[in-house]
Amino acid sequence: MFHEFLSVATLIGIANSGVRLATPYLYAALGEMFGQRSGVLNLGVEGVMLMGAFAAYYTVYIGGDPWLGVLAAIIVGALMGLLMALISVTMQAQQGISGIGLTLFGVGLSSLLLKVLVGSPIGISGFSTWKVPGLNSIPVIGPIFFEHNILVYIAYLLVPVSLYVLYRTTFGLKIRAVGQNPEAADSLGVRVNAVRYGTVMLGSAMAGIAGASLSIGLLNIFQENMTNGLGFIAVALVYFGGWRPLGVLIGALLFSTVNALQLWMQVLGVPIPSDLAVMMPYLLTIVVLAVGGQRIRQPAALTKPYERGE
Amino acid sequence: MRKVSWGLILVLIVGLILAACAAPVAAPAGGGQAAATEAAAEAESAGPIRVALLMPSTINDISWSQSMYVSLKELQDELGADKLEIAYSENMFNVPDAAAAIRDYASSGYNLVIAHGAQYGDSLMDIAPDFPDVSFAWGTTTRTGKDQGIENIFAYEPRGDQAGYVTGVLAAKLTKSKIIGLVGPVDAGDAKLHVDGFLAGVKATDPDVKVNVSFTGSFGDTALAAEAANTHIRAGADVLTGSAQQVVGAIGVAKENGVPWLGVQADQSTAAPEIVLASAIYDWTQLLRDIIAMREAGTMGGEVLQLTYANGGIRTIYSDALPAEAVEAAKAAEAGLADGSITIVVEPR
Repeated sequence: MFHEFLSVATLIGIANSGVRLATPYLYAALGEMFGQRSGVLNLGVEGVMLMGAFAAYYTVYIGGDPWLGVLAAIIVGALMGLLMALISVTMQAQQGISGIGLTLFGVGLSSLLLKVLVGSPIGISGFSTWKVPGLNSIPVIGPIFFEHNILVYIAYLLVPVSLYVLYRTTFGLKIRAVGQNPEAADSLGVRVNAVRYGTVMLGSAMAGIAGASLSIGLLNIFQENMTNGLGFIAVALVYFGGWRPLGVLIGALLFSTVNALQLWMQVLGVPIPSDLAVMMPYLLTIVVLAVGGQRIRQPAALTKPYERGE
Repeated sequence: MRKVSWGLILVLIVGLILAACAAPVAAPAGGGQAAATEAAAEAESAGPIRVALLMPSTINDISWSQSMYVSLKELQDELGADKLEIAYSENMFNVPDAAAAIRDYASSGYNLVIAHGAQYGDSLMDIAPDFPDVSFAWGTTTRTGKDQGIENIFAYEPRGDQAGYVTGVLAAKLTKSKIIGLVGPVDAGDAKLHVDGFLAGVKATDPDVKVNVSFTGSFGDTALAAEAANTHIRAGADVLTGSAQQVVGAIGVAKENGVPWLGVQADQSTAAPEIVLASAIYDWTQLLRDIIAMREAGTMGGEVLQLTYANGGIRTIYSDALPAEAVEAAKAAEAGLADGSITIVVEPR
């Protein structure tokens, strides 16, 4: 069984799974990163993902195009973000608690909507696998990176896009300024709260797509609480990645690949207790955080609401 | 001040919403406080039997919780809503929440409280002696607490190994690649029984067939169950099965890949009729009838009941798309388990 485990086909399989599994984390964590860089910790990602997942699922369920489903997820996500911003930016409620509230709200509402509008989960036809012509025939690389559904590719494209937005645009500069020193930014004419509304809504819209990437991409079905804590792992990945797009990418890939690895170990009958196997990605994350963490400082104004000095 | 109060208000609102969601849902309506005291005051034999059900998951989880809810509903349709009242609480996976709800139901006039999960046992053993007029039921277990002097707990045990065995026979007949993938939740309880039975069924039918077994470590990790299904397919499996509510993720992947899925516990064909070719469903109606009858005859608990193919508590529904020969083999296995000519040999894994 070990020789089977170490075969090229298996290694490609693990990498292929890892790339796919990282998708929802990438959307959610990159989105969350924008919010946190501007000083808003949004723990509502889980709830927003579920609402996005349901919106996309339901759109396709009633006959809509999958792209329309993505649009629905973006709109619902952004609206959830608006709610979060209203509570934590304008009303200045404690961010952690507001986020947990948003998560509970999303979990409850999405499961209620499923029950009322659909009943038992029913499979749909969302995005199917689209092999990138040409690129998918490259040996090894092709089957690992270019045999996925379109939402997977977009997730990876968002990494350079996020890098560009954060470090090469005025909006990115404002985000970083607002997250580091809102008073200084304000004195230079940056509208602190407006920037935060923008990042929280952008982040939530991306969390909405993260949900859609499950319900109409990877799974093609919706079930109550189907994210099962994935949103919180995405928040952890932002810390793990040091609030930087590449760090988030590395964290998401590491976590997912180890998860894929443990699945393959189980499937191929490597004699390791399943309880231990499923712990592997979490253990590794903790170890990496303990060893590699602490170097990067978080945005100075994170979790601090901004109130203008009179 | 302003900040604090907003945060508090939000928490309170969310708390209220949650409380409303988690609160016992009375079906049919009219099970209010007044009715509860009334029912408690009235002689039990006169009024309807009032049954409360607590589930770890939801009534639409297409597995464990749904199977019990559907059976209870069927029984209510059969007896009439005036003879059988139902209330239920979903998402009671956490034992402390469930224990509180069990106590609530027991003290508000319910005659039978079903705690539908193996994790509720210890709480039940604490609560049941306080309510001698109420019967309780729980499973998967054979423990009624009778040895500790508790008289009002019924234990139930669906023979998941039998359901798994018949499914295994069917799977072994269907596979052409001679590899089957099993997406399990945790290697314990009902899920473990199912896996053990499944492996025995496959082995008895075709010893050359290999079953790859994986667990996600959770009942609700839909995304990981989906990736497990992907992994199984990539590793050569051409028939998939599994248990717990998370399997909807695996069914979604099976559908995308056109790979047949064999369900267990509830009828999973609703999720994807074209690929869910059979479901070994748990039918609790007779078990519930038996409990109610025993109660009326004065036995408040202390009995262990099973779901088996012999008593009709487990039955497999087959899709028309299945080859006749495979269905025949599976039906022969059903009959063999029912008359005892087949015994399930569990091998260490």
